[in-house]
Amino acid sequence: MRTFSYVRATDVPSALSAIGTGTGAKFIGGGTNLVDLMREDIERPDTVVDISGLPLTGVEELPGGGVRIGALTRNSHLAAHPLIRTRYPMLSQALLSGASAQLRNMATVGGNLMQRTRCAYFYDLAAACNKREPGSGCDAIGGFHRNSAVLGASESCIATNPSDMSVALAALDAAVEAESVRGVRRIPLADFHRLPGGTPHLETELAADELITAVELPALPLAARSRYRKVRDRASYAFALVSVAAALDVQDGVIAEARLALGGVAAKPWRAREAERVLLGAPAGEKSYERAADAELSAAAGTPENGFKVELARRAIVATLRELEGSGV
Amino acid sequence: MTQISTHTVIPPRSTTSERSVGRPVDRVDGTAKTTGEARFSAEYPYPDLAHAALVHATVARGRITAIDTAAASAVEGVLTVLTHENAPVLKPPPSPNPLNLSSMVSGTSVSYLNTDEVHWNGQPVAVVVAETPQAARRAALLVRVTYDSLPATLDFAAEEENARPLKGDLLSQAAAKKGDPEAALAAAPVSVDLRYTTPPYHHNAIEPHATTAAWDGDRLTVHDTTQSIDWVRRHLALRFGVPVAGVRVIAPYVGGGFGGKGLLWPGTILAVMAARATGRPVRLALTREGVYHTVGGRTPSAQRVALGAGPDGRMTALIHTSVSRVARVGGRPEPVTAVSGHLYDAANIRLQQNIVELDLLSNTFMRAPGEAIGTFALESAVDELACELGIDPIELRMRNEPARNPIDGKRFARRLLREAYALGAERFGWSERTPQPGSMRDGRWLVGMGVASAYHPPLQLDAHLTLRLSVDGTVVVRCGFQEMGMGGATATAQIAADALGVPLSSVRVEYGDSALPVAPMAGGATQTASVAAALLTAAEKLKKSLLALAGRSGESPLRGQRLDRLEARDGGLYRADRQGETYTGILSRAGRPSVEVAVGSDSGLGAAAGQVRFMARFLRDRRRWVKAALGAHFCEVRVDRDTGEVRVSRWVGAFDVGTVINPKTAGSQLRGGIVMGIGMALSEQTLVDPRTGRIMNPSLSEYHLPVHADIPPIDVCYLNEPDPTMPLGLMGLGEVGITGAAAALANAVHHATGKRVRDLPITLDKLL
Repeated sequence: MRTFSYVRATDVPSALSAIGTGTGAKFIGGGTNLVDLMREDIERPDTVVDISGLPLTGVEELPGGGVRIGALTRNSHLAAHPLIRTRYPMLSQALLSGASAQLRNMATVGGNLMQRTRCAYFYDLAAACNKREPGSGCDAIGGFHRNSAVLGASESCIATNPSDMSVALAALDAAVEAESVRGVRRIPLADFHRLPGGTPHLETELAADELITAVELPALPLAARSRYRKVRDRASYAFALVSVAAALDVQDGVIAEARLALGGVAAKPWRAREAERVLLGAPAGEKSYERAADAELSAAAGTPENGFKVELARRAIVATLRELEGSGV
Repeated sequence: MTQISTHTVIPPRSTTSERSVGRPVDRVDGTAKTTGEARFSAEYPYPDLAHAALVHATVARGRITAIDTAAASAVEGVLTVLTHENAPVLKPPPSPNPLNLSSMVSGTSVSYLNTDEVHWNGQPVAVVVAETPQAARRAALLVRVTYDSLPATLDFAAEEENARPLKGDLLSQAAAKKGDPEAALAAAPVSVDLRYTTPPYHHNAIEPHATTAAWDGDRLTVHDTTQSIDWVRRHLALRFGVPVAGVRVIAPYVGGGFGGKGLLWPGTILAVMAARATGRPVRLALTREGVYHTVGGRTPSAQRVALGAGPDGRMTALIHTSVSRVARVGGRPEPVTAVSGHLYDAANIRLQQNIVELDLLSNTFMRAPGEAIGTFALESAVDELACELGIDPIELRMRNEPARNPIDGKRFARRLLREAYALGAERFGWSERTPQPGSMRDGRWLVGMGVASAYHPPLQLDAHLTLRLSVDGTVVVRCGFQEMGMGGATATAQIAADALGVPLSSVRVEYGDSALPVAPMAGGATQTASVAAALLTAAEKLKKSLLALAGRSGESPLRGQRLDRLEARDGGLYRADRQGETYTGILSRAGRPSVEVAVGSDSGLGAAAGQVRFMARFLRDRRRWVKAALGAHFCEVRVDRDTGEVRVSRWVGAFDVGTVINPKTAGSQLRGGIVMGIGMALSEQTLVDPRTGRIMNPSLSEYHLPVHADIPPIDVCYLNEPDPTMPLGLMGLGEVGITGAAAALANAVHHATGKRVRDLPITLDKLL
């Protein structure tokens, strides 16, 4: 690890002042991803601004039934919170399917949103990686990329976003609240992460000097019967090959409302709006779920190595919706 | 120089005088490990300790044309940056010679930092030594190396067609043939002819390799994570040109090895070199990534298994060939096909191993080298044959159970495979299995049950030790064996207690130090049997000495007695009429503080003679009979019908490992082998980029070992009958557990889904 200066902020203004323009500086919350990346010499901040002491924790009910989550709320705390468990079980399940208990105890909501890809070539300094070193190329293309993107990938990057939490947040229409010296703004979660295009090093809409202060979940009654399904290479402690966050409202055998997002398939949590459109008003049942999955995945493109993820995503969508229907939504 | 006391362990107090062997005694090192008192190689404090970090090559093959260490040297706290331009020159590694086992200890033939040549992607090309590990690692990132790359052969799959037949040597055969297997196969009414592949694997012991080295003039003390302290000592003495007697290697605790700490890898040499160059004690603790880049793993393999049988299932032909890899700079081929010479009574057999040489880091031993991956192919193919024949896979095995060793007709020392299957089938409930694949369901899960045989030949090497009994009744065994968590110290204490008839609590075992009498490396499941043989001999000598001492006194009831008429119990020797004397009594009367006996010789000549004796016995033994630890694995899996996710839900392993010295530690060993087999079958693989030779998943995050949630309760049971040809009837059991495990799992997956996966690991994409 390189040497860096460490600043401990006590409130939001002092954190924003310490981060300056954001050039060469990073906020650190739980540090579960950033410290790893600094050890690997992938992140090389000159200054680390510790925000863990900021008063940005807590899960509060909003008027109207939504929930506001402080950006420094620990993943384990959020997963266990009664409001989340009862109103948004998919979010609780997503958090608990990620990492390990120890990591979840440290990791924050804001940090989880900012976590970086696990692509092997991003992690190996000897490899070419446009995300790590813009313009250097992409060794994952033509290399090991079994867990790379099948949606929204580009010629410069095929990495996926590893977050489970973000997938549930995308399905729930969450909004990210960010503050900078310019003021406070809200970014819809679905727009928060970027697709790689020609600039895979730009991963989110967040400016370098902006601090995530909260995430807000709107009221969403159907989310009370929602589900997060994560498919991976071992029973725990592995990133998703494919994950599905889903909520379904069935009235008299007809789908009145549906929310669907996919993880492990793209550089961002993939809100499956095409699938939702197909589901809306369709009769609940296997055939509708298959049509919805096919509609969403028609744009998916895989290689011989990761192409299985398209079929896997299709099956995982159908299975998750089937289970939701079976659970009496 | 700091004095490091010889490592000792005091066993837990035993309140009964009953026999120790066979009881599930707590491990003697348990408390030290769970309280953190146990010290591992990276934990020895030295005043003035410096820290080293490696710089790894990023090309597979080539020459270093420039190496810029200016920025690294400028980092505060850096003492030196060693490269091929300024490193001390060592003597080259010796050529491997099976008659001198210690000559085979070097993992590669490369003279690290004494050459500008790069032989694998990840080879250390510089060592930074600094006041702190942080400074060393930071500076290591700043070393700039320029290479002239040379063409490299890196792609195992592409090179497979260029494989050449392997030549056998004294230690292992590479080919064997009986009858005309190809003709028999062609003529067989029922046959299968199949290809199986296994990926490279790594050991991933929980303790990464680490070395702490301190020079005092030409005397050297090394704390090293090694399975072979004596070989490391000899190798270091040779490379650094100092007397063997002045080199001490200390490794009382090793945090798992599985073969990965059997040989000597660059980190050990470079830590000692760094200490030599700086005149400071140096610690080099490898990162996990560093372990992947500098310690070999298991070779990948491509195997053909062809079986021919009559309609009754009797095999007429068995062909097993393999391709595996070694590196141009070293590595031993695994005996992949050897197991197929022992398991089935086929009239015609052909075994052939082939190898390719690649520009990668040498492969090395990994738990049950050969059998672990060979049984995957063989035992999967037998299951496929059973399906072709419509015969229950256990029944098919029983119909082909040989009376003599199939490949050469030699006698078995004994053979209890039928009994193992009977025991396992009963405990597992095999009779509830319905044969049709896909016929068993549990909700969304497809349920499958599979079996496979486990097989591993035992080996016994030469161990030297001393045994001392003191007037206060305490017993000390001194033997330079290694403890990597297997329970060797506990088993040794138990055996000593019983051989002398003393309570376990009065036995102390000293081990893990080259200052002690020499024991063989811990590997090949040899250690317990090797130490037991020497220990039993020593105990007899000790009792004879004590009897002779007693006989000098007219007062002793033992005067004029013969040892074989006496029983060693209750801390003494007793006649059938219960007259006798305690050891304490004998020594007190004789005015002797203690009696000590030695087995083996540590002199150079004695050691050489020991090697020759070992090789002679090994070859004679192999001529005479065939023996093996055996077992039957029973595996139940659940496969998600939507996603192909495989979960192991039950496991029974029934083993014949001879006498079980300690069911608790033995169970851990066998269970650990099965866990490793589950990982091998389902999720583990080392990803070597065929374009660069670079390992792309050098971390526990991306190399998918099984986690707790992947492992069901594992029921391990034993036949527990002594093997007549082994000391105390025991056979090593460190390796047999993994053999056959992957096949049992793959067979269960087939039974659940109807899909055969012949290419490990069985990741879910292969089941969609």
